[in-house]
Amino acid sequence: MIGAVRRWAGELVRRRELLYILTWREVRIKYKQSVMGLLWAILMPIVIVGAGLTVRYVFASVQGTPLAKDDLVLVTVKSVPWAFFVSAIRFASYSLITNSTLVTKVYMPREMFPIASVLSQLVDFGVASVVVVIVVGLLGTTPHATLFWVPPLLALLILFTTGLSLFLAAAALFFRDVKYIVEVILTFAIFFTPVFYETNMFRGWARLILLNPVAPILEGLGAAVTGHAMPGGGWLVYSAATSIIGCVVAMLVFKRLEPYFAESV
Amino acid sequence: MPDIALDVQHVYKKFRRGELHDSLRDLLPSLVRRLARRANGRGSAPELASREFWAVRDVSFSVERGEAFGVIGSNGAGKSTILKLLSGIMPPTRGSLTYNGRLSALIEVSAGFHPDLTGRENIYLNGAILGMSRDEIRRRFDAIVAFSGLEEFIDTPVKRYSSGMFARLGFSVAAHVDPDILIVDEVLSVGDFVFQQKCIAHMTRVIHSGTTVVFVSHNLRAVAELCQRAVLMEAGQAITVGPSEEVIRAYLARSEVRDFGDRGTGVFVSSIVVRDAVSGEERAHFVSGDEVAVDLEVVSRGSFERLAAVLGLRDDHEYNVFNVSSESLTGTSFALSPNEAVACRFKLSLHLAPGRYRFCTWVFRYDSETLYDHWQAAATIFVSSPTDVRGIVNVYPSVEIGAPRPVADTEAPESGGPSVVRVSHG
Repeated sequence: MIGAVRRWAGELVRRRELLYILTWREVRIKYKQSVMGLLWAILMPIVIVGAGLTVRYVFASVQGTPLAKDDLVLVTVKSVPWAFFVSAIRFASYSLITNSTLVTKVYMPREMFPIASVLSQLVDFGVASVVVVIVVGLLGTTPHATLFWVPPLLALLILFTTGLSLFLAAAALFFRDVKYIVEVILTFAIFFTPVFYETNMFRGWARLILLNPVAPILEGLGAAVTGHAMPGGGWLVYSAATSIIGCVVAMLVFKRLEPYFAESV
Repeated sequence: MPDIALDVQHVYKKFRRGELHDSLRDLLPSLVRRLARRANGRGSAPELASREFWAVRDVSFSVERGEAFGVIGSNGAGKSTILKLLSGIMPPTRGSLTYNGRLSALIEVSAGFHPDLTGRENIYLNGAILGMSRDEIRRRFDAIVAFSGLEEFIDTPVKRYSSGMFARLGFSVAAHVDPDILIVDEVLSVGDFVFQQKCIAHMTRVIHSGTTVVFVSHNLRAVAELCQRAVLMEAGQAITVGPSEEVIRAYLARSEVRDFGDRGTGVFVSSIVVRDAVSGEERAHFVSGDEVAVDLEVVSRGSFERLAAVLGLRDDHEYNVFNVSSESLTGTSFALSPNEAVACRFKLSLHLAPGRYRFCTWVFRYDSETLYDHWQAAATIFVSSPTDVRGIVNVYPSVEIGAPRPVADTEAPESGGPSVVRVSHG
């Protein structure tokens, strides 16, 4: 299995130029005929952060407690990675179907398509992160040493997204139902994920929410920026294990199914 | 021991007619069926289940390094499937395919294009898809653009291109990939005549430079000119493998057997007789310039209107020497009631170069262009000529050679721009 992973990584590195140009194509096409161009990458997180702030304001007024500054920071920090996750999954799970002419007419490592979709969303995420930094700065948050947690947590999120994307892209090619299921789940998943709220508001149910591997990562990101306590060590290990094992398993499944893609599109 | 670039051994490919299970609801029953079959111990047997068929069956051939190898056969013979197997787009059901070196396939040269991107951007995109690095593309960029002849439009989105321009750009990118083994599918039929000549010239250069080429085409003339060896595919099987001239002859001999499968349409050419127009006797050997009468009989089993019969002539490389319809010659069509027949006599002069030619005929409704019957090799004739004219037409050439005269050594041969040829009549 390690051999398979190494061969796979080798092929990705060898054809990194193709990966780069496919990613570039996605970004380029998306912004080509739009007036706002890259501003779209900023608008999307502004909308989701705005929604989060509204929800928090409602929570606060229902409870009769004032809206804490840290709450606003938490919502901002968590909703932008969540937006990345949702759009990357949505985009990537269609990627093989959208590129069906290439899948049936040319040979190339087909994992390039879902991975390029994830990477192109990562470009948007990069732009949106600038907004996050500015908002968090304006709110006057002092940087904590826990900020060092941010890069490894983002790496886990990207890894988990990639694994899930590979799996869903392959599945959507064989079963057209998959795209509807993905669509429904992505639309409502925000309610089951601690984006606009924190798991500790739930007490007993918190564990159920944390079973979603994205949840501990988002909680961790929030905690890293605000300096709050990180989610219990066990949950982060759980997320890390799910992301890494999930990505490897998804890759193995993907490569096993790949020879049949051209016949199944 | 010859140096083998590509080796195909007992390759099979199974396809399913109709839909695959496309939704999850259909998956469960099919899984249950598969498990049941495995429990019966038949799971690994290579037999065909219902609705399955062999697109390619037990095909073996090998291509030597530096060789140009043709794949010919009629539609649906499995040529394209072979190419997809060779280029790794699909795996074979059974058998083995091995190759040595960098392999590149020109199957659909513009598959990688995105309509919203400009020609320039698409060159980079398609180049990368075909396996070139960015550096390689940058180095060859000018050559690619020059080959396509699209310098002016290179910064225009390709969605504004005509289909010919689209295909030209596609071929130009593909032509500049520099593989050890090149697989080419029918791309030479791209663009206008001038561009096609350019493509053929390019392919010839590629072959001479030592690249191994596998070439699939309906253009038998191109296969005969470009390839040393070829394989004839029929119904998924390799019928003949050998020198391309031999394989082409075998293909033509087989296609002389008429496919009567479409008689259900009800109107067809029932007989064709080629006669000497002067004596009226039936003949197959003629001298260039002979007057010929071709009698067709068209039989109908139903009611048909606005019918036209076409007579065509092809040479040994399936080159279309001419074809003409009864409707364009007479200005009228004919109609037939059930169980009626009509005789059509075409007259023509065989101003042909020596060689073998075959007549083909078809019957169609000329206003809607509905084809009712197509007889590809209805009759074969042989033409001889006292003068050794090569090609397809006899223009009755003659030449006069004068006495040698002294010339100054500064007199250069004429060259440069197009010269005007004056033809005077009378």
